[in-house]
Amino acid sequence: MDPMAEIRLTFFQECEEQLTALENGLLSMQEGDSDSETVNAVFRAVHSIKGGAGAFKLNALVSFAHIFETALDRVRSGDLVPDADAMKLFLRAADALADLVAASRDGAVEVTAPYLAIEEEFNALIGGGGAAAEEDEFASLDFQPIITGFDEPPPPPPVAAQNLFTIRFRPLRELFAKANEPLALFRELARLGTLTTTCDIKNLPFLDTFDPEDSYLSWELRLETESQRAAVKEVFDFVEGDCDLVIELAQSAAAPTPPEEMDITAILRKVREEAPTIAAAAIAAATPTPEADAAPKAAKAAVQPTIRVDLDRVDRLINLVGELVINQAMLTQRVLHSSHVRDREVTASLEELERLTREIQESVMAIRAQPVRPLFQRMSRIVREVADATSKDVRLRTEGEATEVDKTVVELLADPLTHMIRNAVDHGLEGPEQRVAAGKPPEGTVRLAAAHRSGRVIIEVSDDGQGINRPKVLQKAIANGLVPPDTQLSDSEIDNLLFLPGFSTASTVSNISGRGVGMDVVKRSIQALGGRISISSAPGQGSTFTLSLPLTLAVLDGIVVTVDEQVFVIPLTAIVETVKHEPSRIHHLGDHSFVLRVRDVLVPLIDVGAELGVRAPASDLRSGVAILIETANGTRSALLVDNIQDQRQVVIKSLETNYMRVDGIAAATILGDGRVAMILDVDALVGPRHHDWAAAETPFAKAS
Amino acid sequence: MIEKSLKQQTREAEFVAFRAGSLEFCINIMSVREIRGWTPATAIPRAPSYIRGVINLRGVVLPIVDLGVRLGLPGTEPTARHVIIVAQVGDRAAGLLVDSVSDILSVEDTSIQPTPDVASQLARMFVRGVIAMDGRMISVITMDNVLPAGMDLEAA
Amino acid sequence: MTVTILTVDDSRTMRDMLRMALVDAGFRVVQAEDGLHGLDVLRGEQPQVVITDINMPRMDGFGFIEAVRQDAQYRAIPILVLTTESDDEKKLRARRAGATGWIVKPFDPAKLIAAVRRVAA
Repeated sequence: MDPMAEIRLTFFQECEEQLTALENGLLSMQEGDSDSETVNAVFRAVHSIKGGAGAFKLNALVSFAHIFETALDRVRSGDLVPDADAMKLFLRAADALADLVAASRDGAVEVTAPYLAIEEEFNALIGGGGAAAEEDEFASLDFQPIITGFDEPPPPPPVAAQNLFTIRFRPLRELFAKANEPLALFRELARLGTLTTTCDIKNLPFLDTFDPEDSYLSWELRLETESQRAAVKEVFDFVEGDCDLVIELAQSAAAPTPPEEMDITAILRKVREEAPTIAAAAIAAATPTPEADAAPKAAKAAVQPTIRVDLDRVDRLINLVGELVINQAMLTQRVLHSSHVRDREVTASLEELERLTREIQESVMAIRAQPVRPLFQRMSRIVREVADATSKDVRLRTEGEATEVDKTVVELLADPLTHMIRNAVDHGLEGPEQRVAAGKPPEGTVRLAAAHRSGRVIIEVSDDGQGINRPKVLQKAIANGLVPPDTQLSDSEIDNLLFLPGFSTASTVSNISGRGVGMDVVKRSIQALGGRISISSAPGQGSTFTLSLPLTLAVLDGIVVTVDEQVFVIPLTAIVETVKHEPSRIHHLGDHSFVLRVRDVLVPLIDVGAELGVRAPASDLRSGVAILIETANGTRSALLVDNIQDQRQVVIKSLETNYMRVDGIAAATILGDGRVAMILDVDALVGPRHHDWAAAETPFAKAS
Repeated sequence: MIEKSLKQQTREAEFVAFRAGSLEFCINIMSVREIRGWTPATAIPRAPSYIRGVINLRGVVLPIVDLGVRLGLPGTEPTARHVIIVAQVGDRAAGLLVDSVSDILSVEDTSIQPTPDVASQLARMFVRGVIAMDGRMISVITMDNVLPAGMDLEAA
Repeated sequence: MTVTILTVDDSRTMRDMLRMALVDAGFRVVQAEDGLHGLDVLRGEQPQVVITDINMPRMDGFGFIEAVRQDAQYRAIPILVLTTESDDEKKLRARRAGATGWIVKPFDPAKLIAAVRRVAA
């Protein structure tokens, strides 16, 4: 890749970071944070985007960023105290800026009405006149960076003969204080043509009064050049005001001056430079100043060194560590089973090995862990868009953005979360009038929170809206034939109807939440991540969706069971309890269907062996162990297995890599004896009965 | 003339020859990743009869195809003497359960003859051609159709 | 002797562009991400020229220039300021803080090198 293309890539990566910082800052400003560093960070984000965009001549982006930046600069200087409306404008501008960045990256920039509207609003906010003036100035400077960067004059007309300039130049003390260097300027002049210099040393004092910081010399320069005055003047651009400078265009050539005087200048410069340097070095050696020590430390603390690593490498490492875990387990099992090695030291070493292996595994997994912050930030935009489209006032509150989850989980959560957020704003929250009528503040709140809880990540999406309209949901479910008309369902059972395939609560499918996606799809996506989703709602007060997700997709905790001498793993998250298996609690419904009475509730009893085709369906399920499980939508069933062997963490191995998906099987794993075992897909195992609600479905039926 | 020069361009390929049931087969050595002894496989629920299950091949879950059953022959009762040929199928790998590996053959393209019409429809799915050699008839196996058909859909 | 240039900019894009332009011109380039970091690198690398951005976290360009100018050992190092503005006020402030010169972003590599040459001893 050519270096510019590479830097362009970096620029767009950096834009993403800046946009995130921008939105973050704006959101905390909206929450009332008026810390100057917050405002500065927001300003810097837009400023950096503008700076980079200029380099790539992304003019639309530059111009939009500029007006945005101008407004932010007013806030920064205290001239503008943004009210709620101004903050909303800033947030919308941030969204628009993000779109413009994306469009610029894809080379599909179109300056459309929304951008212009925001620019208009900015102009109104900061007072049209000032902005327009700056805009003009800006345009002349940054839109044609190369041509006008230093106000270079056009090439001299061909008629121009050699110009002769005489320049009188007397640097002031300040010129040296800013580390400008007459010699460097002369060198630049010499590049324009033939330069002769005469140094005037008549002001040089005696050494006893000589101040190395001061300036005593002046020069008379003659420059024969094809360049014009502007080019000559430009050389002195940096020292303007720090010197006495007269540039005259003389006509006739003068006799050249011998350049020996230059030596004196050089010597004096050396004197001037060395004196303070030596003094400073002496001081520094004698007493290390506290600032000198403090600054580097602070710098080190803040600049956290990071490296960028190819994701494939991390995944390879994770796979290898997975192998290590399996091998360690196999080794332990073999050693402990071979009776002649029952050495205490061997056992201790094996335990140490196990501990180390586990630590390595956790550390490696942590490499893939990422905070949910970027994901949450994307949601903030979704909220604004849907709020705009539905004319609702909505505030998104986020909590626990620093919570870390596996990168893949974060990525795969985006779609389901987007859908849930859309739902919350579109269906959950009422319009402002309706809210006021209900005695609520006109502005609705959607809360998005993440937290770690007992080895899983819990994500909650809640709103303070109207809650689930249960009569309507039930009516809909009956109308769609999902539930028999006379069914009596509890509140939570009705709420869970939302997760049934093909369910849609909005009587007219709005173009916001609609899109042909229902909560059943959300549920399936969450399940595909090894997660579960549940819902709770209070009429008039709002609804809460709770997602429970694994921290990583690489391992899971499960119990190892046997069915007909085959070994299976049941994910621990699905398990409620193991149930005392008494024949008197089992009821045969005929057709190889059984229910188990758990306390006073009847749940379907599923013979895992028969369900998976491992053995023929039995007409009698008197032996074995029943495990009460709960599927993602809260439905309970009992799985019948022969034995429970063990509870352990297993490494998840794809069955699909070399084979294919198997219904009822989530994945494979490798156990301590080196053999493959299947991990059950609990939801799929009990799944088929769910679609058939009207049939022998009895999970909610109370035993009488 | 033209025909002759074409024939001269034929290349030799190496094949791993093996026995399954009473028959001899071979497979292009380029698609063979390794040959290993039999280890007990874990059954996969709802799998076709010719899938013996999966084994752990250094951390990879590898499906095992009983080639005999796949070709409509009686099933194999695997023992420690049986062999698994680990073969590459596209970007997947699978193990072929066979009785024994007999030979490595160098065969010219031209000496592979079309599958005789008398072969069963089933056999024609997996047999790309036959090699007649020293009075033996060796079927050249192609891995394309050996695994369940549903897998192609899943792979997409 | 190769001239070492320290660039101080919080933008990775700008750092990359500066590095590319300066390395192409034969300079040795060391980089820092903000003012405080810049002071750290300055002490370790002893550059002959410094190019710094203004808007940066932790310590901005003004603070950085002032800190350098107050340090007897480093105050003679020329410092060029990167600015997107043609704003005289910004230039004035940079000059007051002790900047040697400025470079207007986006910069043309040739102009950048010319500005460096104009201040490099």
